Amino acid sequence: MSYKAKFKVWRGEGGEGKLEDFTIEVNEGEVVLDIIHRLQATQAPDLAVRWNCKAGKCGSCSMEINGKPRLGCMTRMSTFSEDETITVTPMRTFPVIKDLVTDVSYNYEKAREVPSFTPPEGVRPGEYRMQQVDVQRGQEFRKCIECFMCNNVCHVIRDHEENKPAFSGPRFFIRIAELDMHPYDVAPDRKETAQGEHGLGYCNITKCCTEVCPEHIKITDNAIIPMKERVVDTKYDPLVWLGNKIFKRSK
Amino acid sequence: MEIERHEYDVIVIGAGGAGLRAAIEARQQGKRTAIVCKSLFGKAHTVMAEGGAAAAMGNVNSDDNWMVHFRDTMRGGKFLNNWRMAELHAKEAPDRVWELEAWGALFDRTKDGKISQRNFGGHEYPRLAHVGDRTGLELIRTLQQRVVALQQEDYETHGDYEAYIKVFQECTITRLLKDGDRISGGFGYWRESGNFVLFDAPAVVLATGGIGKSYVVTSNSWEYTGDGHALALLAGANLINMEFIQFHPTGMVWPPSVRGILVTESVRGDGGVLRNSEGERFMFNYVPDVFKDKYATSEEEGDRWYTDQANNRRPPELLPRDEVARAINAEVKAGRGSPQGGVYLDVSTRLPAEEIKRRLPSMHHQFKELADVDITAEPMQVGPTCHYIMGGIEVDADSGAASVPGLFAAGEVSGGMHGSNRLGGNSLSDLLVFGRRAGAGAAAYLDGLPARPKVDQVQVDAARAEAEAPLQRAGENPYEVHQELQRTMNELVGIIRKAEEVSEALEVVEKLKERVQLVGAAGTRIYNPGWHLALDLRNMVLVSECVARAALLRQESRGGHTRDDFPGMRPEWRQKLLACSTEDGTSITIEEKAQPAMRDDLISLFDRDELSKYLTDEEMAEFDRIAKS
Ligand SMILES: Cc1cc2nc3c(=O)[nH]c(=O)nc-3n(C[C@H](O)[C@H](O)[C@H](O)COP(=O)(O)OP(=O)(O)OC[C@H]3O[C@@H](n4cnc5c(N)ncnc54)[C@H](O)[C@@H]3O)c2cc1C
Ligand code: SF4
Ligand code: SF4
Ligand code: FES
Repeated sequence: MSYKAKFKVWRGEGGEGKLEDFTIEVNEGEVVLDIIHRLQATQAPDLAVRWNCKAGKCGSCSMEINGKPRLGCMTRMSTFSEDETITVTPMRTFPVIKDLVTDVSYNYEKAREVPSFTPPEGVRPGEYRMQQVDVQRGQEFRKCIECFMCNNVCHVIRDHEENKPAFSGPRFFIRIAELDMHPYDVAPDRKETAQGEHGLGYCNITKCCTEVCPEHIKITDNAIIPMKERVVDTKYDPLVWLGNKIFKRSK
Repeated sequence: MEIERHEYDVIVIGAGGAGLRAAIEARQQGKRTAIVCKSLFGKAHTVMAEGGAAAAMGNVNSDDNWMVHFRDTMRGGKFLNNWRMAELHAKEAPDRVWELEAWGALFDRTKDGKISQRNFGGHEYPRLAHVGDRTGLELIRTLQQRVVALQQEDYETHGDYEAYIKVFQECTITRLLKDGDRISGGFGYWRESGNFVLFDAPAVVLATGGIGKSYVVTSNSWEYTGDGHALALLAGANLINMEFIQFHPTGMVWPPSVRGILVTESVRGDGGVLRNSEGERFMFNYVPDVFKDKYATSEEEGDRWYTDQANNRRPPELLPRDEVARAINAEVKAGRGSPQGGVYLDVSTRLPAEEIKRRLPSMHHQFKELADVDITAEPMQVGPTCHYIMGGIEVDADSGAASVPGLFAAGEVSGGMHGSNRLGGNSLSDLLVFGRRAGAGAAAYLDGLPARPKVDQVQVDAARAEAEAPLQRAGENPYEVHQELQRTMNELVGIIRKAEEVSEALEVVEKLKERVQLVGAAGTRIYNPGWHLALDLRNMVLVSECVARAALLRQESRGGHTRDDFPGMRPEWRQKLLACSTEDGTSITIEEKAQPAMRDDLISLFDRDELSKYLTDEEMAEFDRIAKS
């Protein structure tokens, strides 16, 4: 049942590092994170990795396995052949702190820039009434475990540090879409700010984000594309455009 | 090196449900608040909760109300609960859940548009507000986003997001500081850099969660090293009820690497049944006397209950967790287990595949990805896993205050609310109710404080020396010491206990204490898990000693404490609380304390027959006197 696998793990801190070779035991049913833990316990006690739930629920253990963004705890060793060398590296879009741990503060800063849920005045807690069909659309996006792999994979920022200030990334496009679809959210112009302030316009719908999402959220089809379409609608309909502007100024 | 220093009114240690709700309250009351947590913001253990938050809103069955919830909670805890906490919890949980909705949470709905509620073990009516089987994620994200909303408000008024509430993530507190008998702050390190940090603050709210990482088979994450329990002990507070640990009946058993990972109770709440290797629904054989008239006696009746609760009794799969866990343990021991050492939990023959995927999406995903099992087509194999500690810091029910002035606690780290056994769903609501109360308690304490306590440099230097020590010596591998502790607790102070085994565990723990003093951490200070574990070991060993000592003293079986050599509950033990404390910081002493008697109007909510199963003769005489007047 068990065998020895060959691993290359990126190790380093303070901006420097290299791939280190390991040979390590693998048992039936194990996932990549188990192997990283075995390395810690037996060969490299200071090997840095984030994890919490070990069941795909917390989004801590994002890493790149053979170049693909994956959750270490949900990547079964049985998906590799026994003689394959498995390369594990940190997420590329974020600065490395040490080994597999990256500085993801970009994401927390972007989260703060999205205006919060804004309910109408006068609805008291306990008085909310919503139908399942109406909450279901938003619920899809609230499945997000904030693994930040969609932001990691998106080419707009993956090798383009310069785009980071203007671009919030797919994680926050679905956050805006979720609020936009919330039956009780009354904040104005969610879609327009997605375009204007969060860089939706940079996205050219490559769908890479949807492909990596471990929660199978249809980021592009259900959030980005509908928002883009409606932004286009409002943008190019001269009456609506005029209406918006006039309304805003006279406020 | 100069130590980084921050001044706050309140520091909340822990960013799970309890910590975030406490911090929100403290900030809403105008206090400058720091949230400190070991993981990234939004990753605390609460994120893993699946089934739901219990609150008697009466949305699905309008007969539900706080009194029914109160009774269920006391019954589930076998009447050892702090009744005042159980009362506050039952009364306030609905408001706390509704408040989340006003902060943007999207719960599943009933047909008339209200928050839907699901059945769970020990709850008389459908009571758990939920979002599929990822309720904890919704809860933590909503609170996280509420914190962000408050920061946005502060940005508007003060031009600084962090003017009144700041999150210090991946930062571990290793010591609380005191000025005389009062709290004056906390000392810790940044995981990322290994640098030390000092918080100067007159009030500390502990919301650090549980202790499961002292066991091998557990549903808990690496964060659950009992830090808050140990920090409180070391600061002079008491822990109560430490012998009561909840072994959740259904953890995964295969593959070995996922052993212990939780299978939510919603599987049973939504119709899943337990069978042994002979295909028998064995739970019908394990209904204890105290619950006999509340549970179905035939499969037909149990099945009818799902659609007609007024005229049928619930199936015994929905007994409180301690009962189900012991039953599974007994079936496996009797040789009627599944091939991989558990029993079968089947929902595939009970619900259509589409319905299973809709109601239990993350279970479906978890089994498919991790065990190659399709739960819509075949049964799961499950067995008990260390899940939750009922014991914790002894607090004042109304304010969350511990015995040390300035110290507050809420959530899993506090004790009393759940008595000897927690009902599923009662933790998430506990976090919200008592998180808010602890935040308010801390704010009120500050308002009444005559002078700000001072940080004592001697304590800071000692804390620093203690934290640096493992880096400075070449010693034993901390992972090995940890594994031995886990094995010891699992095997000797597990689900079924006996005096000899627990005594043996205590001997091992004594030896481990010495080894912990000598572990070394190779590598640098930067994000070094070996070093972090070396420091966590002090806490795990201290807390394990509390569990084992209390387990040895309590000569009865009740809830999450089962003594092979003392089967059955003993009413005189219901009146006793075992309070752990430490004088010297390394060894634990236990004192017996009296459990306060229930208020007259609350005890009158129960039937005489039921109470007579739990109370002593003198207590019953007192009850009769109350009933007469
Ligand atoms: C898999 C699973 C499913 C569950 N499902 C349910 C359910 O459906 N319903 C229910 O009611 N309950 C459920 N529970 C129980 C419930 O989730 C927990 O009891 C609850 O979330 C604990 O919350 P908390 O706020 O007390 O602590 P946690 O959410 O665990 O947070 C603890 C916090 O403290 C921090 N911390 C710890 N030590 C330190 C330190 N030394 N320094 C700084 N920070 C520190 C951690 O980083 C973390 O932020 C479940 C538990 C598990 C494991
Ligand atoms: S679809 Fe858009 S957001 Fe998603 S990865 Fe491609 S460019 Fe980025
Ligand atoms: S949307 Fe998906 S990929 Fe992106 S952060 Fe959330 S869970 Fe991860
Ligand atoms: S450890 Fe939580 S998602 Fe992998």
